[in-house]
Amino acid sequence: MNAAGFPILSLVTFLPLAGAFIILMVRGEEEVVARNARWTALWTSLITLALSLILWARFDQSSAEFQFVERATWLPEYGVAYHMGVDGISVLFVLLSTLLTPLCILASWESVQTRVREYMVAFLVLESMMVGMFCALDFVVFYIFFEAVLIPMFLIIGVWGGARRVYAAFKFFLYTLAGSLLMLLAILAVWYHVGTTDIPTLMTTAFPPAMQFWLFLAFLVSFAVKVPMWPVHTWLPDAHVEAPTAGSVILAGVLLKMGAYGFLRFSLPMLPIASAEFAPLIFALSVVAVVYTSLVALAQEDMKKLIAYSSVAHMGIVTLGIFTFTQQGLSGALFTMLAHGVVSGALFLCVGVLYDRVHSREIARYGGIAKVMPAYALVLMLFTMASVALPGTANFPGELLVIVGAFKVNPWVALGAATGMILGAAYMLYLYRRVAFGKITRDDLRSLLDLSPREYATFAPLILLTLWMGVYPSSFLNFFEASVANLVARHEAALGAARLAGM
Amino acid sequence: MVPMNWSLALPEIVLAVCGLLILLGGVIPRKETFFPVSMAVIGALVITAVLVLGQGEGTAFVGQYVADGFSSFAKVLILLGAALSLVLALDFNEKSGLARFEYSVLLLFATLGMMVMVSANDLMSVYIGLELLSLSLYVIAAFDRDNPRSAEAGLKYFVLGALASGLLLYGASLVYGFAGTTNFDRLADALSGQPSTGVVVGLVFVLAGLAFKISAVPFHMWTPDVYEGAPTPVTAFFATAPKVAAITLLMHVLIGPFGDMAAQWGQVVWLISAGSMILGGFAAIGQRNIKRLMAYSSIGHVGYALMGLAVVNDVGFRGVLVYMAIYVVMSLGTFAVLIAMRRQGRALEEVDDLAGLGRTDPGMALWMAVFMFSMAGIPPLAGFFGKLYVFLAAVQAGYWTLAIIGILTSVIASYYYLRIVKVMYFDAASEGALDARPASLTVVMAGTGLLTLLFFLFPAALIGAAQVAVAALAG
Repeated sequence: MNAAGFPILSLVTFLPLAGAFIILMVRGEEEVVARNARWTALWTSLITLALSLILWARFDQSSAEFQFVERATWLPEYGVAYHMGVDGISVLFVLLSTLLTPLCILASWESVQTRVREYMVAFLVLESMMVGMFCALDFVVFYIFFEAVLIPMFLIIGVWGGARRVYAAFKFFLYTLAGSLLMLLAILAVWYHVGTTDIPTLMTTAFPPAMQFWLFLAFLVSFAVKVPMWPVHTWLPDAHVEAPTAGSVILAGVLLKMGAYGFLRFSLPMLPIASAEFAPLIFALSVVAVVYTSLVALAQEDMKKLIAYSSVAHMGIVTLGIFTFTQQGLSGALFTMLAHGVVSGALFLCVGVLYDRVHSREIARYGGIAKVMPAYALVLMLFTMASVALPGTANFPGELLVIVGAFKVNPWVALGAATGMILGAAYMLYLYRRVAFGKITRDDLRSLLDLSPREYATFAPLILLTLWMGVYPSSFLNFFEASVANLVARHEAALGAARLAGM
Repeated sequence: MVPMNWSLALPEIVLAVCGLLILLGGVIPRKETFFPVSMAVIGALVITAVLVLGQGEGTAFVGQYVADGFSSFAKVLILLGAALSLVLALDFNEKSGLARFEYSVLLLFATLGMMVMVSANDLMSVYIGLELLSLSLYVIAAFDRDNPRSAEAGLKYFVLGALASGLLLYGASLVYGFAGTTNFDRLADALSGQPSTGVVVGLVFVLAGLAFKISAVPFHMWTPDVYEGAPTPVTAFFATAPKVAAITLLMHVLIGPFGDMAAQWGQVVWLISAGSMILGGFAAIGQRNIKRLMAYSSIGHVGYALMGLAVVNDVGFRGVLVYMAIYVVMSLGTFAVLIAMRRQGRALEEVDDLAGLGRTDPGMALWMAVFMFSMAGIPPLAGFFGKLYVFLAAVQAGYWTLAIIGILTSVIASYYYLRIVKVMYFDAASEGALDARPASLTVVMAGTGLLTLLFFLFPAALIGAAQVAVAALAG
């Protein structure tokens, strides 16, 4: 039985669905329905957040085992079961998802005025699927959650998005679907080979090297699209630019982590030999992503597009860290994923604040915002600095660890990653200067109101987390230390065994 | 004296007698009796389904006829498809001036033909069942006789259907000529070992005749025109019950008497499957008429189902049955939505007529979105599980090329399913709301929609039933 004494993971996963169901049942005037939908969604997501905090409190940080495990039969003769559990790698992503959802709902409080009910339902369903995906310990269950995320996200981009929303929604859906269907074939091959889809069992199964090669390739296609890695990243800027603010927050905050999580959960532990073989390719793609997308970001005129490209660069650092197979690299990658979830989410919220007031994302449209919105300018500066990985903010410990890890493996790769950080400082500071400083050239900017209480409430937790992660990273690193150490040890053992067999 | 075992054919006998009685009951009164006759037909179909479920197993009529778990599975599915498509016709036929009792009676006899087909254990009884089905279908395809498109659909289906029947009959006679028997059990004995060329040619002809009925490539040409021209409830019927009957018959024929020739027919089914998936994926993209679109989509779905047959193993056969069951449920739901598409009494058939449905009729739009995502194979909806089992079978048997074709075509196909979701939710309504829909359509929509949506909670029930069915077939 699990440490909480009740099926907490299922509860956290399916509670949002229950909220969505309640919202669907609401009838009446459009105004009343909208208000009810907002409050129901907010309370559902807050209760879910509160429940998920039990995970934080009760999680045994010294153990690399799966905790809070639940199991129910589902398709026994096929070896498929409903199996849930979290370890150090996944637990914080559950919390990240449950934290960002109420913030997204708050952020959409006024900016979404059409079809509020459907919007809130889509977000709660999305939360449910994200949490389920991080908890799933069965490959088929994982795949179902992984794929089901597409439906609400497709609708969020398509219904509440910007001018080119249809194009962006289709591109997002078809890119991801193509990638994940190839993974489905790989899952089926694994299923047939082992006879079960239980993830803990699969992690201890040694696959023949030739099979590992093909499996890795199939996983790579799927996860690379999700991460997204260069050169399959092109759906991301489109999706980000067209999605409503909250959609971008979830996209950058959680959905991008699904790919990297897939590498950590499946590629590394199940396919150690192929992972080692493919590491140089991943390094190359990651360094290209870091440098190339940073340069592209430098040339952007659209704030959201700029942050979207910076996300690709940050995720390049993550994939780079994962494939160093070192304690530092992996911990750094995980930490960067969390930090990026918080910081890029916050940056999209910052863009949203301006967009709500001026209805433009064009950088040139702004200038001198710091004079009329001082509090906002301060918040934006904090997150800009965090994105640049200033020491004392969230991104710093993670990126530093990744570079240390990379340096152990290959100094040139570390150099590439470091270049990205320098370029990152360039484009983020350039963005900040153009938006916040300078003379106010447009008259309508003079009358802008500073942050409202609701917006303060949205930013407060993110500011707190950004500083906390920067100042005292151990309280997060401790969560995944044991799991990462276990992963590294098993990876080395598997490679050692393969080397012995090769001799 | 060989026992006749009449009782094994009890469901068919009861259905036939009911059909004759209902026919009489429909003719005698002076006024139009469409509604009561339809109700009686639905009742007869339900009673038959109960009888099928309680039926014993064995062969009857001197080995002409077989009742087992496999035929029961298929029959229940056929009866479900027939009954629900008649429910869909209730309101539509009244509004379109097609409320004539012959419709329901013909549908009943078509269903009877299908039941004979799936229980046939002899090429002769196969043909009798198939012709009873086909003749009824020719008439109801042209049921809207004053509409040239419906008449064209009926004629086209008749000409091509007659050709397909001819091919089947020719193949059957070749098989008889070389094997000396038409009985499935004795054919299986006669065909073990190295088959003669004549039998292989006969097999190919039989396959071609049946591929026509399931509208698999390259025998699909009639499908878009007939689907588009026939009244929509007829299309709903075409897309469900006869497909199940023909595909289960195909399985029965290939796995039973021609079981030892799997090496030969496996390749043919492989090609048919791949061709259907590819055509279904590409050809529907450009369609504006939603019935035509569904026609190409059904060709694609048959391709996926046949993948399970092409791999020639038990998991695959099970996959075919699971796929067809899910497909029938999804299609009935989709057609319920299509039939509800009416504005100021006029039936609508364009994809763009759905524009803004997400606002004007959120309930119906939600179900349609469920069906479309399910047909695209997105989890956790039922359509995903259908694809999962056939892909699993393909991977197990090492049919990687076929599996990858299936993957790629389902990405392509998801485009046009998404387009319908896009039209409903992303586009603004161009004209006013649709007419209020009758309760019968809402019930079918919600029922099939819930089955599609919640299938993941109880997959074991359907898979278990399919397993029993396949065990009966292979054993």
